Amino acid sequence: MNKEHTKVLVDPLVDNNPITLQVLGICSALAVTSQLSTALIMSLALTSVTAFSSAGIALIRNHVPGSIRIIAQMVIIASLVIVVDQMLKAFAYEISKQLSVFVGLIITNCIVMGRAEAYAMKNPPLESFLDGIGNGLGYSLILITVATVREVLGAGKLLGIDVLPLLKDGGWYVPNGLLLLPPSAFFLIGLLIWAVRTWKPQQVEKPDFAIVPAHGEAH
Amino acid sequence: MLNSNAGQPQALSALQPYIEKGRQYAERVLALSNDSFEKTLAVAFALCLVGAILVAGSAVALKPLQQINKSRDEKVNILEVAGLLDKDTNIDEAFRNIEPRIVDLATGDYVDTVDARSYDQWKAAKDPALSAAIPPEKDTANIRRKPNQAKVYLVKEAGQLKSLILPVNGYGLWSTMFGFIALEADAQTVVGMNLYDQAETPGLGGEVVNPKWKALWKGKKVYNFTGKELHESNLTEKGQAIEIGEVALGLVKGGVEPGKPGAEFQVDALAGATLTSRGVSNLVQYWMSKEGYGVYLAKIRTGKI
Amino acid sequence: MEAYINLFIKSVFIENMALSFFLGMCTFIAVSKKIETAVGLGIAVVIVQTLTVPANNLIYSFLLKEGALSWAGLQDVNLSFIALMACIGVIAAIVQILEMVLDKFFPALYNALGIFLPLITVNCAILAGSLFMIERDYAFGESVVYGVGSGFGWALAITAMAGVREKLKYSDVPPGLRGLGITFITAGLMAMGFMAFSGIQL
Repeated sequence: MNKEHTKVLVDPLVDNNPITLQVLGICSALAVTSQLSTALIMSLALTSVTAFSSAGIALIRNHVPGSIRIIAQMVIIASLVIVVDQMLKAFAYEISKQLSVFVGLIITNCIVMGRAEAYAMKNPPLESFLDGIGNGLGYSLILITVATVREVLGAGKLLGIDVLPLLKDGGWYVPNGLLLLPPSAFFLIGLLIWAVRTWKPQQVEKPDFAIVPAHGEAH
Repeated sequence: MLNSNAGQPQALSALQPYIEKGRQYAERVLALSNDSFEKTLAVAFALCLVGAILVAGSAVALKPLQQINKSRDEKVNILEVAGLLDKDTNIDEAFRNIEPRIVDLATGDYVDTVDARSYDQWKAAKDPALSAAIPPEKDTANIRRKPNQAKVYLVKEAGQLKSLILPVNGYGLWSTMFGFIALEADAQTVVGMNLYDQAETPGLGGEVVNPKWKALWKGKKVYNFTGKELHESNLTEKGQAIEIGEVALGLVKGGVEPGKPGAEFQVDALAGATLTSRGVSNLVQYWMSKEGYGVYLAKIRTGKI
Repeated sequence: MEAYINLFIKSVFIENMALSFFLGMCTFIAVSKKIETAVGLGIAVVIVQTLTVPANNLIYSFLLKEGALSWAGLQDVNLSFIALMACIGVIAAIVQILEMVLDKFFPALYNALGIFLPLITVNCAILAGSLFMIERDYAFGESVVYGVGSGFGWALAITAMAGVREKLKYSDVPPGLRGLGITFITAGLMAMGFMAFSGIQL
């Protein structure tokens, strides 16, 4: 793997993260992160779908007519997602029950479409495959972080195993109920963005209006 | 026309001219400008073909496995609610003692003309021929439709009825919950409650799956009998004026004190999940009443079936 | 009639696509910077949702679900596994057609909407509307009401968010939170506000 490939794989982890910078893939980041197990499965499913669909689209990129471009991409993405869904139902039934509607929503997950449009339509299959994996990993990173916080602090468990003994089970930890509700994922991602941008100031957005210092005050 | 992978060399050589034609066509089309009509059609067709083969192929090939998973899942849920599920239980072995039977909800009688094994109660509830809409004032569980016939499971031990497993459903906060309630052969004492299909708030209403909460149901009683119900003469056929007891089983907030009178009918509600708890109470009360299994259970209790 | 009004109010407030189910978040967060663009996108979403949910309902009822093909003499055929692709195909087609109609007959509106029309194809809220309709087994009339309601709910949410963000431009937000970060936190607070509607039975 040469330097170019490494860049494609590593960039989306922090520098060009789909969730915290590109604003893609938010819906599922909120919905499946109440437990680590669903977040892991969703990450795996999304990474594989993005990688293979980007590769597939890159294969035919030079022959797709402009008028059916979006539909063509969707046919490839949708077929892959349905195959993943069928496989989950056959080999991991318990988990497929929890993921139900969201597996279908991978089709409209902006990351898959976004990378297809932005990268796969202009780059060869191998690079597109790696780009899919990279973005999938970036997405997974955020998902796993949020899910870990939400499950540990919200339910005292991780992957279903008790980590913090709950008060109602005779322990000492009173779980933070807010973390089990979806709005908490918004807050956590907001705080994550704050942390990332403090570490990487080049991602900070420029203000629309600067606050004028009051007379006589230096700012 | 293209893509024929026939095995035998003879057939292959017979198809050679077609494969050649196909290859030439493909080359010609690929060379066309992307926006030409013919190419648009050809690309669209090819994409749909590949997509269709992938999707249909995986759906058909994996269907047997999925069916096995689904029926195994159902068996596990039933064994669990009957208290027969351990870590090493052989599912199929254990399920051999469980017999599905169809019950007509209005009369409370067994129906043997319908195949019990393949009957799907919740699917039948959506079929206008096999179900009826519930008038809003009676629809306390908020399920809109009720099947005419239900599929109950009789757990037998040495030929004798040990417990009954009854499918129930009802609306919680976000979703319709589906589950089984298991009663002992006296059709009054609860063995277990298993809401296996629900999409309530995880950690709050979703705690209906918590084994510690499910264990609270064991030993509770369903009906409050004032004494009149056990007289044979009060029990009439065809659902008319049947004294089946007042359904007293329900969830209560604030904890249940074991010694207090009425405690045998009460299960502790879920903390922070008022509406899901209310939904569970409603579905239990609906299905245990005359509208649900009330008539059938009354017949079991009085030995009529 | 009352059932339809209930369904409408339910889909706008109690089951708001954006703030209760968190669907269509990407465009919700990315396009809510200015009120004009947010309203434009909202209107487009309402139109598309009103057209696609009933259309998908018809296709599902008469072609895909189990026993649907009995009018053609094929009772046992169950094509419901294709539902996902069929829904998307319909959505993509309707968005494309809407684009062409607007371009021909309402060019001013077409120019105002610009890039947002194709963006709607990948809005999860649109697909989810159709998927929920299938899961809840709505009739045709209910599908129409649900389409209008769910689209309107999403539009309401994005307009509200745009209003808040426009005000936030004048606030002193810490640099790391500026823009995207504070938007997420705002969205979380709005979502908590909408939780007040949960459980209301009409």
